[in-house]
Amino acid sequence: MSRNGLRKREPPTDTAFLLTITICMFMAMYILAVIFLGDKGFSKPQTFFNLLNEYAALIVLSCGLSVVMISGGIDISVGGVTALICMTCVVYLEDAGGGFLGAVLISLGIGLAFGVVHGFLVAYLKIQPFIVTLAGMFFARGATALVNLDQVQAKNAAFTAVSRVRILIPGVGSFTKRGVFVPAYIEIGVIVALLIVILLFLMLKYTKFGRGLYAVGGNAQSALMLGINVSRTKFFAYVLTGLLAGVGGMLYFLHTGSGSVVQASGLEMDAIASSIIGGTLLSGGVGNIIGTLFGVLIRGTIYTIVTAIGAQGPWWTGITISALLCFFIVLQSVITSRKKR
Amino acid sequence: MLDNTVLSMRGICKSFPGVNALKNVDFTLRCGEVHALMGENGAGKSTLIKVLTGVYAKDAGQVYIKGDEKALTIKSPQEAQNLGISTVYQEITLCPNLSVAENMFIGRDKDTIVNWRRMNTRAREILDTLDIPATPAQQLANCSIAIQQMVAIARAVDMDCKALILDEPTSSLDENEVAKLFTLMRDLKTRGVGIIFVTHFLDQVYEVSDRITVLRGGELVGEFLARDLPRVELVSKMMGKELDDLESISGGKASIDAKLDQIPVLEAYGLTSNSGVKPFDFTIKRGEVNGFTGLLGSGRSECVRAIYGADRVTGGQVKMNGRNVKIDEPFAAMKHGVGYLPEDRKRDGIIAELSVRENIIIALQVMRGFFRPFTAAQAKAFADEYIKLLAIKTASVDTPIASLSGGNQQKAILARWLLTHPEYLILDEPTRGIDIGTKIEIQKLVLELASEGMSITFISSEIEEMLRVCSRLVVMRDLRVVGELSGEDLTQTNIMRTIAGNEARNGRYS
Repeated sequence: MSRNGLRKREPPTDTAFLLTITICMFMAMYILAVIFLGDKGFSKPQTFFNLLNEYAALIVLSCGLSVVMISGGIDISVGGVTALICMTCVVYLEDAGGGFLGAVLISLGIGLAFGVVHGFLVAYLKIQPFIVTLAGMFFARGATALVNLDQVQAKNAAFTAVSRVRILIPGVGSFTKRGVFVPAYIEIGVIVALLIVILLFLMLKYTKFGRGLYAVGGNAQSALMLGINVSRTKFFAYVLTGLLAGVGGMLYFLHTGSGSVVQASGLEMDAIASSIIGGTLLSGGVGNIIGTLFGVLIRGTIYTIVTAIGAQGPWWTGITISALLCFFIVLQSVITSRKKR
Repeated sequence: MLDNTVLSMRGICKSFPGVNALKNVDFTLRCGEVHALMGENGAGKSTLIKVLTGVYAKDAGQVYIKGDEKALTIKSPQEAQNLGISTVYQEITLCPNLSVAENMFIGRDKDTIVNWRRMNTRAREILDTLDIPATPAQQLANCSIAIQQMVAIARAVDMDCKALILDEPTSSLDENEVAKLFTLMRDLKTRGVGIIFVTHFLDQVYEVSDRITVLRGGELVGEFLARDLPRVELVSKMMGKELDDLESISGGKASIDAKLDQIPVLEAYGLTSNSGVKPFDFTIKRGEVNGFTGLLGSGRSECVRAIYGADRVTGGQVKMNGRNVKIDEPFAAMKHGVGYLPEDRKRDGIIAELSVRENIIIALQVMRGFFRPFTAAQAKAFADEYIKLLAIKTASVDTPIASLSGGNQQKAILARWLLTHPEYLILDEPTRGIDIGTKIEIQKLVLELASEGMSITFISSEIEEMLRVCSRLVVMRDLRVVGELSGEDLTQTNIMRTIAGNEARNGRYS
């Protein structure tokens, strides 16, 4: 073999391969947008940062989906959980006169509770994750209506103060027509989301639990034979996803500042789509959190481009996303079939 | 206990409801040897392995591990691993999506934080010492099956294993890969690892093994040095026939001789399928009963499955009555008048939930087409006729077939095919697991059908049965046809010699 001489270049791992494609796709898409739609705002740095501002919650939710999908499962309840969190928090702040910190704890608590129940049912009672989280989704939606039926806007002073915090990016910005420099900014949610991306990246790459997730998703039976506690790993995957749904729900609330029964509908599907576009394999075992971040950004960019072109409504976003999803799913099935050879 | 013993098992007994799987079996593995564990189907090889690895609890007997005077009880595969007994299975139990290095270390490290650099360095060292051509960072799915198996072995070796069990490791490897694996096994031997090698490939046993333990019917036949045991004797020990006795049994009892001048009912040339069977030629004439023989896994069933189109045919030509035909799926075979009674009755034969009647008429119904169903009266008439003809013991035609005894189930499947009036019928192990009375009935029926002009291929693990029924036998070894015996040459001794291969001529009995 080539061991002693020049080593033949190894083919990239599935995870690295899909990640590369995702990042390249985002770059290409954004650069093309800057070139052709520069006058519609794409030349301004703030357009990019607005992507982050707009989608901080989705980033966190998609990260949660990636974790559970890497372990070979799925969680379709995160949209419902987000709605429940928004409604509970707004009622807590407005009607019960609660404080901001309390709202944060409530968010995390609700997410964690859903995660624990899902995890227990999936990992220890061995029920199909789709069914379990479908039930979770219906429960969350129902509970949202139970808390309150009307749309409520949060007016709590502490809350509004936090949600309006703008963190300026030094040295980055754009000039208005009058030549006034407007610095670019991000909201506080972006900091939280990026921090979570970094933490999850490190966890997935460098901890026993993170590698266990990949092993379980790759082949649960083998993972068991290799001495991994498969049930526990699955359980904590759902707990973590639940917790991230809590954080994501809180960020969503922070951004919208309101609660309503129909809120965040289909958000779980956006999260799943972003995760897949980011290179997570639906069958488990392959995925990367950085890819997920870019998956969300791709989704956001498509939406912004469609709006800038002036195409009406979210339909064109949907059609473009579906085309991209098809592309990635075909790519994934190629990878899966290659594995089976 | 001798110093170089890695592990020894004494007087191991294990029974399952109705079966004595192991009766008082001894087994000893020494440092630095490859010890082949041989036996036919049901000999108890896998039960012994499973007792050793803690999958089954033994009923009686002791297991001793090197460096321990006390007899041990091994409760789980995990515990066996901690004691230094590692198993590498035929199907690879690694994660294809992880890297080679991770597969070697995952689930073993106690640390919460993964140190990639240290892991890759360690993996590099191990792969280098064992001369395994893989890189630590490579994704396992990108490696060949042989390399994946070697990675599994490397993991076991690094876990300080003293005894390595290789359970049918070569079945999915090609010849080059097998050679690589054997190099690795010899290397491990020099490091003092004791290797238990379970396989059904005779050539491979003699290529790497130092010692052979033969089991038969759950009992220990004996432990032999490989160089002292000629192949033909190994085969006779596995089958339970002493060669001296064999000479006295005259072969060729088959009563029907095919007329030589006829065009064969079925001819196959260079036929091969995706099951791995090597291209083979085969012919059968009208009214002839012939058979495929060989050890378990030698390709007997694979041949007939290729003829019937049950596996994907990848090459060769088939003629029926002199005309080229294309049989690429069972339905095509049925339309050409070929019937096939499969080896695994429970899985491929009966449809457990359906009644005896439905099980009997289903093949004919399929040929007629599902949109032209038989009337209830017709179906009942067909079923009744064959239940009477074959004396199938069933409460009624509407009894679910699963509630019948094995022998009666088999007769019902036979009835299913007879009802289609096939020109050529393949019977793969029709008498396995059924009582002696029914066995004889089926044998008689086969001869009767042949005398009426049906061509039949009969496969059985019992050589006597084959000799009684067949007038010609195709002998297989390691997925290859190695000989054909008929007439005067058709004796047990000749069959065993052919199965054992050329080397037997150098043995004591040549």
